[in-house]
Formats: sequence, structure tokens, C-alpha cells
Amino acid sequence: MSNWLLIIYCGLITFLTRFSMIALLKKEMFNDRIREILSFVPSAIFPAIIFPAIFLDNSGDFQLENNPKIMAAIIAMLIGIISQNIIATIISGLASYWFLIFMV
Amino acid sequence: MNNKFRVFLKGIFDVSPLMIPVVPFGLIFGVLSIDIGFSPIETMGMSLIVFGGASQIVLLQLFSGGASSLVIISSVGAVNSRHLLYGAVVSEHLSDLKLVWKIVISYFLVDQAFARSNEYFKKNKDNDKYFHLFGGGITCWVIWQTTTFLGIVLGSFIPEKLGLSFAVPLTFLALLVNDFRKLINVIVIIISGLVATFGFNYVPYKAYVIVAGVTALLTAAILTKLNIKNE
Repeated sequence: MSNWLLIIYCGLITFLTRFSMIALLKKEMFNDRIREILSFVPSAIFPAIIFPAIFLDNSGDFQLENNPKIMAAIIAMLIGIISQNIIATIISGLASYWFLIFMV
Repeated sequence: MNNKFRVFLKGIFDVSPLMIPVVPFGLIFGVLSIDIGFSPIETMGMSLIVFGGASQIVLLQLFSGGASSLVIISSVGAVNSRHLLYGAVVSEHLSDLKLVWKIVISYFLVDQAFARSNEYFKKNKDNDKYFHLFGGGITCWVIWQTTTFLGIVLGSFIPEKLGLSFAVPLTFLALLVNDFRKLINVIVIIISGLVATFGFNYVPYKAYVIVAGVTALLTAAILTKLNIKNE
């Protein structure tokens, strides 16, 4: 599939999820139970991006020793829990990562 | 002043504070996309056609990992499934709109605009209230396109050894900050992360995002069924 076709399909599926929520979905279609479970979607999906990007190297092998990403992610997480602030989380993570690879 | 325009400006005003975190997100997207090997035109095209931060970053991440198109598209769908949650809330406020407006609003319906307009809809009952979502959505759109463009420009100057790809897990980590304090969410986060990491090399077609997501969501279903207090 060409890059453009891939982009268009990804755009289409993103649009359709948004459109379906405006045009098709009605309040009655979701009971409290389904709503409760759907509220966990970010917690269920995002870590599948986060963890491999931290613990695995480019070829997919475990990289647990000499891996500054682990420490930087822990620092970012702690700052995130304390500050509840998105920008503070990203910046503290990047800053500690750069500190670990360039200074230490 | 025309009421539609007034509501439109209110939408811009209300959503503006939420744009601050979008700026680094857009820059990171632009830089990474060039880094991974998409052309500037394709990168701009992604922001114009997809117009969704999480969707676009997942697209990049899986593309660079060599996932097939089908897996990339379905993973983007999985990431977007969180939007279905909003449907129940927002559709009742917009049910009288013409189809054309529903299509236009759908394109601009991103998390930040939804969050602010949903608050506005609850308090205001006038017929022009959808212009609030339109104003908020266009604000997000302008910021996203501008920062993508700046990211593309910056991307050609930023050296690879800065390791900016690490910004991807950090950005998603930042989106979960509110969930780290809730017990069930923390368990769900750990399950998803472990399944994805250990399944990375073994789940066929790089479908590890979907497998991990479904496993973690089932865990959430079981844990909430047990009536564990999520605080």
C-alpha cells in the first residue's frame, strides 16, 4: 500500500469514529457498564506504545541494562503524578534523558 | 454582533488554554515523521487528512516498526475507539444539525474541543451552540497544522542523536497522568504494557497494540465487575 493510501485510510477511520459519535450513536446505545469500560481505553491502549518503546531496542530485543530511557520514564512518571501536568511530564522526561546520555 | 460569531469566538477563547500541550505534541510529530522517512508533503498530508495527534503518532510508530497497513489502520481504529465514549454525550446536543454540518463538525472533533464544548453545551441551549465546537475545533486545527509545519522545518536541523523518538512514549505517558492514581487503571496499564512488550516479537503482523489493548480492556471489565474501588 502506498504511503498516501495508508494516510487516507487512517484519516478515514479517524473521521468515521468521530462521525459515528455525532451522527449514529444515541445515548440509549450505551449503558453505564459499557461507558465505564470504554473509559479505560486510554489506559489499555497507550501503554502498548509506551512500554516497548522504552524497554526494547530498535531490533525488538530487551534492553534492560544501560538503558537511560527506563530512568527517564520513571522520573517523568513521578513528575506527572505530582504535577498532573502534561508539559511538565514531557519536559522532565526529555531533560532527564538528555542529562543521562550527555552528562553521565 | 451576530450570535453565531459570538459563540464561535467563545469556542476559540475556551479551548485556547488547552492548546499549550498541543504545541510540543505537534512539533514532535513533525520532527519524527521526517526522521522516519516520510516526505514533508506526506507529513503535512497526515495532519490535514487524519488530524488526530494520537492516531498520527501510532501511525508513525507502527510504520517505523514495519507493521503492515492493515495492522496500522486497525491500531489507529483501536486508539480512536476512546472517541466512541463521547458519542453518547455529544450526539444529543447535535442531533438537529444538517448532515453537512455533522460532517464538518466531525472532522474538527478532537479531544480538547470536545471537552470544552461539552461543558458549554450543558449550560447553553441556544440553536447556535454548535458554533462553539466549530470555533474550538478550528483553533485546534490551526495550532496542529502550524506546529506540524514547524516540526517539519526543525526536523531537518535536529540531530538524530538527540533521540527524539523517546518523545513518543513520553507523550503517551503524559496523557495518562490522571490515571496513575487509580488502582484499576494502574493494573490495566501494567497488563497492557507487559503484553505489548513480551508480545512485540511474537504476535504476528505487529498486532501487539491490538492484542495488548484487548487483553487490558478485558482485565478492566473483570476488575470493575469485582467492584474494586478505583481510587
